[in-house]
Amino acid sequence: MSPTDTTKPAKVAKKSPALKTSAAALNKAAAPNKAAAPKKTAASKKPKAAAAKKPRVMAAPKMSSSQSLDVDDHKVTVGKSFSDNAKMTMRNINVFYGDKQAIYDVNIDIAKNEVIAMIGPSGCGKSTFLRTLNRMNDTVEGCRVEGEICMDGEDLYAPKLDVVELRARVGMVFQKPNPFPKSIYENVAYGPKIHGLADTRVDLDEIVENSLRKASLWEEVKERLHQPGTGLSGGQQQRLCIARAIAVSPEVILMDEPCSALDPIATAKIEELIEELSQNFTIAIVTHSMQQAARVSHRTAYFHLGKLIEVNPTEQVFTMPEHQLTEAYITGRFG
Amino acid sequence: MPSLNSWAYLFLKGSTSSMQATNLLILLLGFGVLAFYLGRGRSLAIAAPLGGIRKLHSLPSYYGMHAALWCALPSLFLLGLWLMFDESVINSLVIGSVAADIAPIDTATYNLLLNKVANLADGILPRKGQTESILAASDHMQSLRVISSWSLTALLLALSTAGLFWGWSKTASDFRARPAVEKVMQNLLLACACLAIFTTLGIVLSVLFESIQFFRSVPIYDFVFGLEWSPQTAIREDQVGSSGSFGAVPLFVGTLLVSAVAMVVAVPVGLMSAIYLAEYASKNVRNYAKPALEVLAGIPTVVYGFFAALTVAPFLRDLGSSFGLTVSSESALAAGGVMGIMIIPFISSLADDVITAVPQSMRDGSLAMGATKSETVRRVVIPAALPGIVGGIMLAVSRAIGETMIVVMAAGMAAKLTANPLESVTTVTVQIVTLLTGDQEFDSPKTLAAFALGLMLFTVTLLLNIFALHIVKKYREQYE
Amino acid sequence: MSKPVDHLNKIKHSLRRRNRAEARFRWYGRVAVFIGLAAVAVLFGDIISKGHGAFQATYINLSVAYNQDLIGVDNLTDPDELAMGNWQALPKAALRAQFPEVSGRSDKRKLSGLLSSGAGYDLKDRLLANPLLLGETESIWLLADDDIDTYYKSWLAGDAYAARLTDKQIIWIEQLHQQGQIRLQLNTNLFTRGDSREPEQAGIRGAVMGSLLTLVLTLMLSFPIGVSAAIYLEEFAPKNRWTDFIEVNINNLAAVPSIIFGLLGLAIFINFFHVPRSVPIVGGLVLTLMTLPTIIITSRAAIKSVPPSIRQAALGMGASKYQTVLHHVLPLALPGMLTGAIIGMAQALGETAPLLMIGMVAFIVDIPGSFTDPATVLPVQIFLWADSPERAFIEKTSAAIMVLLTFLIIMNTSAVWLRKRLERRW
Repeated sequence: MSPTDTTKPAKVAKKSPALKTSAAALNKAAAPNKAAAPKKTAASKKPKAAAAKKPRVMAAPKMSSSQSLDVDDHKVTVGKSFSDNAKMTMRNINVFYGDKQAIYDVNIDIAKNEVIAMIGPSGCGKSTFLRTLNRMNDTVEGCRVEGEICMDGEDLYAPKLDVVELRARVGMVFQKPNPFPKSIYENVAYGPKIHGLADTRVDLDEIVENSLRKASLWEEVKERLHQPGTGLSGGQQQRLCIARAIAVSPEVILMDEPCSALDPIATAKIEELIEELSQNFTIAIVTHSMQQAARVSHRTAYFHLGKLIEVNPTEQVFTMPEHQLTEAYITGRFG
Repeated sequence: MPSLNSWAYLFLKGSTSSMQATNLLILLLGFGVLAFYLGRGRSLAIAAPLGGIRKLHSLPSYYGMHAALWCALPSLFLLGLWLMFDESVINSLVIGSVAADIAPIDTATYNLLLNKVANLADGILPRKGQTESILAASDHMQSLRVISSWSLTALLLALSTAGLFWGWSKTASDFRARPAVEKVMQNLLLACACLAIFTTLGIVLSVLFESIQFFRSVPIYDFVFGLEWSPQTAIREDQVGSSGSFGAVPLFVGTLLVSAVAMVVAVPVGLMSAIYLAEYASKNVRNYAKPALEVLAGIPTVVYGFFAALTVAPFLRDLGSSFGLTVSSESALAAGGVMGIMIIPFISSLADDVITAVPQSMRDGSLAMGATKSETVRRVVIPAALPGIVGGIMLAVSRAIGETMIVVMAAGMAAKLTANPLESVTTVTVQIVTLLTGDQEFDSPKTLAAFALGLMLFTVTLLLNIFALHIVKKYREQYE
Repeated sequence: MSKPVDHLNKIKHSLRRRNRAEARFRWYGRVAVFIGLAAVAVLFGDIISKGHGAFQATYINLSVAYNQDLIGVDNLTDPDELAMGNWQALPKAALRAQFPEVSGRSDKRKLSGLLSSGAGYDLKDRLLANPLLLGETESIWLLADDDIDTYYKSWLAGDAYAARLTDKQIIWIEQLHQQGQIRLQLNTNLFTRGDSREPEQAGIRGAVMGSLLTLVLTLMLSFPIGVSAAIYLEEFAPKNRWTDFIEVNINNLAAVPSIIFGLLGLAIFINFFHVPRSVPIVGGLVLTLMTLPTIIITSRAAIKSVPPSIRQAALGMGASKYQTVLHHVLPLALPGMLTGAIIGMAQALGETAPLLMIGMVAFIVDIPGSFTDPATVLPVQIFLWADSPERAFIEKTSAAIMVLLTFLIIMNTSAVWLRKRLERRW
């Protein structure tokens, strides 16, 4: 159990009353709406039905007066959550830590070979959501996921699915670079070794070199492959972790604020890398930096207090957000 | 030096002098309390005409404390010194002045004479039938003791009164009593902290001093590399150093054998249970299983010894004979096995510490690659925690080597050079206990040998501890 | 580099093997935890099954005639004469009266062997307490010999263990049993008497008192010294090589084998300062040195857990460093320190090896009353009894262990309770 994970629900809980009171003044008018709003009907379990109901608004949106800054009023994600070319589909996702709910009813698709960014104020559940995609939440005690997550039509939470296989297909890069206390070579070779991907030493060498090249780290480390990975700089460590993740040729790579611990130059390198990787991989990236989301992603999803508020092409989110909350966030009114 | 088997005399002597010491201590404490009130009273009296205690530099109670410290501390110090040395001084005075016909020639006769004189002085021995010179010596001792106790009382009274008066007279409105008192307090605290160093020093000096005496009669080479251990053959003085009887190699081998058996039991079980409880077990299981395992650490070693000698050893012997094996009833297997059980919680809690210190991000990194939990543990967590685990195991080894009661009760006495755990072996600690619990002259090679073994034991465990603690500390710093 | 699909097949292929390895590993862990827990259970089960019997003792009911001629005492107030009295004659006569058919020297000796050798003295005490009994006859339960006790208990349990008893003695016991003249009774001797060579008369009172005296002294010395040292090291000590050295020293002392402290006590206190052997003073001093590191380390942890903001608040009010510590830090750290002290005391209570070195293994019958009376302690008593050849001592030893463990469990649970109850989370 990581400490960050367990504290998140607490943060959510702590934050909400403060936000509510500040937003309350803005929303006197929305009060009746609030009272009438049912807590997302249990009947809408069928994802198809929910998707069909959803209006696909393509035209430039206008702020509707029914939108409010009180997240409790928020019921339906605005924007384009769904894709015809979906790699992963998520329907009615609710995540609980013990009694506390961290994610409320999230519906979204991730398209093939796209880079989707998830933004939102800290504690909004974006990292939690990301971790449900390769079931890393399984490692957190008391964490429960409801809803349906499919990759290529296969239910990720089906009882007979093996998480080992899933995680080999959905790789992950973490907030803080976490190279194993082994050599650079061993770090990259770890995945292929445990999965038995290389039959010979030559194969393994090839996988390691290719992965390091793809992570544009090869030139920097080829002379010292057998020195400890922890001796690299922060940015190099993070690229090593990316190399480690792609060494098993995953289909999707999840990145949880991969640059938050890095300096601007290292960050620029990683962002460059993400762009290159997007040719071969589907990438979901959580970031606290709106600029980064704007730079690297094709679509952007905005989370707020565990709810998915808006999903739209990145350009649109940062120029013409559909939802007041999104606008408030990107204009820096909170976050 | 008096012989150790005459503790009856020492005991009586001790009881009277300790009575006196207790009375004096109570007296001094009373004086201290008195000094406190006098000092405080005077400060209040000084303050009253000046306009209240705000005119004083420190609170009145600090003036009281100042007086009390001056009154009690020097006297306490004197009392301690006196009690430490008065007996030795009296003894040497008495023996130095005895008539020529009973003057001692060597240590043995010196001790004999001193015992006799002291017993006479205490009235344990009847005066009838003793020679004039002995009686004179005992009277001399008796009178010296009286003088000593009276002069101690008088000196203490004088010193504490003087201290009281000094502390009291220093009381003035501008006297900085609080810093003065705090300075003394801080030095007292420092003295307490330094006690650890004195203890270590005391151990080193006492063990080293006696060992050097031992190595005068038995060459150190013979002791460290000799293959035969039979101290019983050297009871008489003229047999000292008879070749090879103090060869400690069989003891070292025996100690290592028992410790190795203990480690074979403790390391896998302790390590695996730590891993299971830290990585796999649910919170509930952990909350109950961990304290339950720690119960093992709280059980006194003498209980383990009893368990090993009366339950495990007979069980193993019967089990062995049912397989056609001869298992000694004092086998290294029984002692080592039970010792291993004792060490399980030691290893599991140390391992648990270092395993939980491995950052979760390492595990996440591995799990996110699709590694199974056991692969993560074996290939990432354990290698990362390895220095800490090795340090913990070394501490456990040092513990096994120094463990005494289990082996005293369940291992053998005979020094056998064998690596077979089914046979009976003896260990360093067993020999220390056997050599020192009989009624022995203190400076016989037999008792001195125990100190030489103690020196070996202390050196080895100290090195292991320093090294292990260093590793563990470095490891902790790495993840802090 | 091969195609992803190929990869996936390889991964799928390896899954079975890896999941089996995973399950195996998990089982290793379960087995290890089970072994540890089983060891606890077996240990306690073994001790309790061996020792529970010792809380009862066999008594034989006889009618005793306090015959002045038999005892040979004229004046019950003269202690010298009382000591010379033939008190053993009373139980012997009572036994003969019970079994008048017994004749022959050897049989008669076997007959008197039914009762404890202390039975006569018990009657003496009874008579002295109530002199009017002289010349009277009363029916009284007398303590049986340890062999009889062992036999009777095992016989009642259906697994008779005859040991050294003769057939005749066994018949006598069965006769007594049929007449209801032999029974098990609460063994008060265990708690009221000191050590004895006779198992049935041996008790742990002396050892418990010795442990108590030793522990009191240990606590009186080690707690103030340990807390002072901890305060100095945490609050006042400058961070330099000297304090580093002290710290390394303390940590190492905590791991030094306890027997080494025994050697230290022997060489310094007994041989150099000539403190008498076998007395609680030396025991207390040695155990003080031994427990000090534990107390210092736990006290330091307790002081460390007091947040610096408290200190800053007090210093900001103009309190001196010393006042800050005394008025604010110490009270807040006290629960943690007390917990450490209890744990240190529990450690000292169970310690045996160093006390063997300083002569607390002597056979001591009298119950110690002061710090300078020769004494033994509970764990050493256990060691001595475990070494005794008499079978009845196994039971006694286990019972003594049960008492010792009870004390330890009480101490440790109170430490846990104290920590939970009083410790503040910042």
